[in-house]
Amino acid sequence: MNDAQPGPNHSQGDRSDIIVCRDVHKWFGQLHVLRGIDLTVKSGEVIVIFGPSGSGKSTFIRTINRLEEHQRGDIIVDGIELTNDIRNIAAIRSEIGMVFQSFNLFPHLTALQNVTLGPIKVRRWSRQKADLKAMELLERVGIPEQAHKHPAQLSGGQQQRVAIARALAMQPKIMLFDEPTSALDPEMINEVLEVMRELAMSGMTMLCVSHEMGFARAVADRMVFIDAGVIVEEGPPAQIFNAPRQDRTKEFLSQILH
Amino acid sequence: MTAERLPPPSQAIGPRAWMRRNLFSSVLSSLVTIVLAVVIAVFALAFANWALNEARWGVVTENLRLFLIGRYPFDEAWRVWLSLVMLSVLTGLSAGAWSGGAIRTLASWLAAGQALLAGLAAISGMGPTVVIALLVNTGLVWHAFALSLRVAIPGRPLAIAWILSLPLSAVLLQGTGGGLLPLVSTNEWGGLLLTFVLAIVGIALSFPFGVLLALGRRSDLPAIRLLSTAYIEIVRGVPLVTILFMASIMLPLFLPGEIRIDRVLRALGGITLFSAAYVAENVRGGLQAIPQGQIEASNAIGLNVLQRNLYVVLPQALRAVIPANVGLFISLLKDTTLVAIVGLLELLGIGRAVLAQPQWFGAQMEVYVFIAIVFFILCYTMSQASYRLEAQLGVGKR
Repeated sequence: MNDAQPGPNHSQGDRSDIIVCRDVHKWFGQLHVLRGIDLTVKSGEVIVIFGPSGSGKSTFIRTINRLEEHQRGDIIVDGIELTNDIRNIAAIRSEIGMVFQSFNLFPHLTALQNVTLGPIKVRRWSRQKADLKAMELLERVGIPEQAHKHPAQLSGGQQQRVAIARALAMQPKIMLFDEPTSALDPEMINEVLEVMRELAMSGMTMLCVSHEMGFARAVADRMVFIDAGVIVEEGPPAQIFNAPRQDRTKEFLSQILH
Repeated sequence: MTAERLPPPSQAIGPRAWMRRNLFSSVLSSLVTIVLAVVIAVFALAFANWALNEARWGVVTENLRLFLIGRYPFDEAWRVWLSLVMLSVLTGLSAGAWSGGAIRTLASWLAAGQALLAGLAAISGMGPTVVIALLVNTGLVWHAFALSLRVAIPGRPLAIAWILSLPLSAVLLQGTGGGLLPLVSTNEWGGLLLTFVLAIVGIALSFPFGVLLALGRRSDLPAIRLLSTAYIEIVRGVPLVTILFMASIMLPLFLPGEIRIDRVLRALGGITLFSAAYVAENVRGGLQAIPQGQIEASNAIGLNVLQRNLYVVLPQALRAVIPANVGLFISLLKDTTLVAIVGLLELLGIGRAVLAQPQWFGAQMEVYVFIAIVFFILCYTMSQASYRLEAQLGVGKR
């Protein structure tokens, strides 16, 4: 079933293994949504996760920063094991940035304040330092001129770019993207993908749940196909697109690539 | 080919057209307009005739001191005016420091109200000191406002000053005993002074307490959730009158004899505890309107529960419930009249006491009209300030 490398099975993982997931299970009530996920991510790797809706791919990346609690198996992020220990959760969250499908910007704050909230309150930076860093990030995502607008005054693409800047402001080692472009109007998808591409080039470790196959082909180191709560197939984009080994992968790709 | 650009059709209509459209659009509508106009005119004329020719306004002017400060000793009244000075200066400064309409509205009403009272005091012959004190206060509101426009007043010290002003006023009004500030028992506080004390302290304390209760009711800890829910449901199931009775009559029975809680304090406690339960339910409504995504985003950037509530959840939840909370505080202001039943003489209670004097027998109408006007001005001020606050915070147009 899972024909990729099983991953180093010693307790702490390799130094360069930044995320190690072993046999991760999750139930929503009676519904068994994650049914034994094994995945090891190396530092700097860009992974695109795809699969049919309801397959558990979003749930899976949300377990990595504990927005969802996994009920069996281990998740180890940068050497810290995710347990109920609240200090571990805080430590792991401070290493992981997350970008949501529906942006989830704070509507009562300006773009700049959205970006500086975490650094000022969690990292205890001074306002000047946080503002300076935030303006750098807004410049990096291409919207410094929108810094003092509220989210409601921005387009979807601009909001998502602010959300990326907000996640980056915490200086994470890992970025999680949960379908970052699926709530966007078609003409705005590229501006967000462009920022993600630039981020991938800079060496950021990224896990993206996405159906942007052009992006995956160009940027991903590895693609992971999840269906019915298990990893059906994983491999480099060239192999997934040109020579998928599993019939289910083939079938799903043919549906979304027309 | 370019489409022709046309100016939008004119929307303005003259008064005549307006009347035709809104008052006389059909036979029935014209009839209703005329009948109502006659009814209103008859009542207005009757009231004006009474107010100008028959009413014995002396009942108000000659008892103005009672209406304003109750039986507070007149020699010590400067302490009341000094508290007002504090209120005036702080309001004036805040109006400039915290930009936006709401506090400016409050400040202008505070200035206008004190000017009005000064006029009333002058007519009533309360002596030049009172008139001058009130006029100086009016000026102080404006001067503080003007100052705060020229010099940037930092927000944090101002907030601290506001918080300190409550206990400071309490000490000033009640006194410490001794030569400079002889003790003035709260039994002697009354009239508008007592109404203000009950309303302002009631609002200032019940709001934070209510917010905590609302958060407690949604807490992950079952014990806190249960306690908050039980408190809210029990208090909401009991009329305020009952709570005031319990606080003022039952409580002393349960407490050992040597512990005596001040009467005003007991009433204040009752009002605060009562109002907090309603604040909590309002705020809970606002909390429920916060999308789950906001919580997730806060968690994802590493905010802890306290930070999440302070910086993300409450700012959004509270601005959504401003109209409901102001409505609540307006009724709190009016509910302060209920303390009359436990023997405290706030504005309405003083009104009754005044009417009990034989020479003012039969002057109910004058007294109650006066009290109604005072309450209307206070409530209207609050609702205007709330509209400005809503506009300022962009409620309803996120």
